[in-house]
Amino acid sequence: MNLYRAHVLICGGAGCLSSGCKAVLDKFNTELKAHNLQDEINVVETGCIGTCDLGPVMVVYPEGIFYQKVAPEDVTEIIEEHLIKGRYVTRLLYERPASGEQIPFYNEINFFRKQQRIALRNVGLINPEVIEEYIAQDGYLALGKVLSTYTPEQVIQVLKDSGLRGRGGAGFPTGLKWEFTKNAPGDQKYVICNADEGDPGAFMDRSVLEGDPHSVIEAMTIAGYAVGANQGYIYVRAEYPLAVQRLEDAIKKAHEFGMLGENIFGTGFSFDLEIRVGAGAFVCGEETALLASIEGKRGEPRPKPPFPASQGLWGKPTLINNVETFANIPVIINRGADWFKQIGTEKSKGTKVFALAGKVNNTGLVEVPMGTTLREVIFELGGGIPNHKRFKAAQTGGPSGGCLTEKDLDQPMDYESLVAAGSMMGSGGLIVMDEDNCMVDVARFFLEFTQDESCGKCTPCRVGTKRMLEILTKITQGKGEEKDLELLEELATSIKATALCGLGQSAPNPVLSTIRNFRDEYLAHIREKRCPAKVCRALLQYSISSELCKGCGLCARNCPENAISGEPKKPYTIDQEKCIKCGNCLDKCPFNAITLK
Amino acid sequence: MTEACCHGITDEKYQKLDEVINQYKGKPGGLIPVLHQAQLIFGYLPKEVQIKVAEGLDIPLSEVYGVVTFYTFFSQKPRGKHTIGVCLGTACYVKGAAEIVEALENSLGIKVGDTTDNGEFSLMVTRCIGACGLAPVLTVGEDVYGRLSPDKIPEIIKHYEKM
Repeated sequence: MNLYRAHVLICGGAGCLSSGCKAVLDKFNTELKAHNLQDEINVVETGCIGTCDLGPVMVVYPEGIFYQKVAPEDVTEIIEEHLIKGRYVTRLLYERPASGEQIPFYNEINFFRKQQRIALRNVGLINPEVIEEYIAQDGYLALGKVLSTYTPEQVIQVLKDSGLRGRGGAGFPTGLKWEFTKNAPGDQKYVICNADEGDPGAFMDRSVLEGDPHSVIEAMTIAGYAVGANQGYIYVRAEYPLAVQRLEDAIKKAHEFGMLGENIFGTGFSFDLEIRVGAGAFVCGEETALLASIEGKRGEPRPKPPFPASQGLWGKPTLINNVETFANIPVIINRGADWFKQIGTEKSKGTKVFALAGKVNNTGLVEVPMGTTLREVIFELGGGIPNHKRFKAAQTGGPSGGCLTEKDLDQPMDYESLVAAGSMMGSGGLIVMDEDNCMVDVARFFLEFTQDESCGKCTPCRVGTKRMLEILTKITQGKGEEKDLELLEELATSIKATALCGLGQSAPNPVLSTIRNFRDEYLAHIREKRCPAKVCRALLQYSISSELCKGCGLCARNCPENAISGEPKKPYTIDQEKCIKCGNCLDKCPFNAITLK
Repeated sequence: MTEACCHGITDEKYQKLDEVINQYKGKPGGLIPVLHQAQLIFGYLPKEVQIKVAEGLDIPLSEVYGVVTFYTFFSQKPRGKHTIGVCLGTACYVKGAAEIVEALENSLGIKVGDTTDNGEFSLMVTRCIGACGLAPVLTVGEDVYGRLSPDKIPEIIKHYEKM
């Protein structure tokens, strides 16, 4: 084995791939050869490092220097300056959003420093396509330990003691779920990993599957041993082709190493895995719909009970856990329940990965202890709101959740506190919104989503969400009436009480939450026919400032409705009757003379 | 429709489909993987292909059709040479994905769900593709474009027109 004097970790996560990290990687390899350094310096393509917005990113060890937005043209300089002469390339260093101060070291940047990575421990650190790198990070140690020294009951006891709860959204105690499946009568049982990460704005499961696939494989095998299953399925959504590819590769390698398949580690225990790719249906993230989909049917949910633990895939007892839940398990086995229990809050143990996106400076993935406040996540790790705008709300729990506002910023976040604040943990998507986002429009967006994704099996969801969407659309078009709010609340309450599955029952949440927190904004749309955030087009009025207009006529020439008239070199005017509010004039005016009201 | 849809469907493609069907025949839950493969082979799932799958796997055609229409990934219409998918996840939406869709509709002269007359481009909206950090994003085939603004659209289209 080669000993290298430096390691260059280049992020190959989905975000950096889109920003062109492959070209940087190729250039690095060719340039290292050109400088005859290929035996001294090791280049590793890792999973997602986390700071998607700054991609392509890389970390150079042993110093741990973090470079951002690296282009292929920068590679020669990094090699000649940093790797040969030992001088950092300062223009590629991270800068603190508020002060512009440069921070060279990876572990001194708030975004990384404030994290505690358990589920993401290897993501961004190892090459996911090299099983040896996973093994070097204590990979498959927990499996070996379990198979050689634990009884299935002992494994379950460790999980129960650890207090680990499902990371997919509902927060059900994982150990209990395993116990139910183990105790369910039946000779054939299954283990399923729910990797149908459908919540818009959540991408932690994707990151684990792409950056550390073996941790899921190892945990599923442990689960198989604990509940008495010899077959597992990983249900991945079709939108994640790279995750599917990395999983296929990892399963193949685990087989070659005797860590999957027949007679694992020579202990006599056998377990195998198959990947099933979804086909674009949000509802398949609901566990009974997911089961139907693996069975090759339309992904429609069914009432519970019976729960999958007693009657799951093909009617057999089935354990279903989410990707992030599984990723925690090998560490819990290795370090013990007592260690895990110390992290987090009284009822929510361990860490949670949040996908930070929207109007925030540092977008990406962060893993923090349960109980971290929203303020810490958004303003310390996330670096605050861009362009000096004001924080307005954070949406958690995706289309099933709600929004948190200024008053919730200092609330420690765990399963219970988020529900108490009118939202939910969900899978950990955290979308930050600023003053330019209209909350009525956001509620309409979510309803449009759930409406479109409703499978149509039960009436409350199929028809109820449609009616709600119609009312919301009406309000955003300035045709709302005051009694609409009451109607929305009434519909929401009955849908919540009567829909068949979790998707339908939670669909009204974004509406209820925005009405509760932003009633004034709804009323402005309804009473004053005004959108305070200037998003709802039908409620906007375009006009030309007579002081700023130079009379160039560009707006008039670009108006598709000929609604703008005037004489050259004199201020133009917009005929409000004809204006369709397309915004062309605003985009074209070189003098910023078009104003919105 | 039946006639138009069958251009380019050769025996070779059906042979490949047979191989896929044989691989999954008798295996529980094989329908969706077979449909995925079939769509890869044919580009879409016309009636003839669905009949073939139903017969091959020995399941009712109604069930195959039911599954094809349930999942948005399966298409019964042929798609253009390049499929453009605009992500409409929450992060992309709050960062202006609607304006990206509008810019594409204007540039291509088609609406979402349609294909240009020359068969070059299909325009779709997609669910969250998990590149939220780069919002708003779009995909062309397997390529991903992030940090978009409406003025970047013509350049992207131009790039693929030549291919």
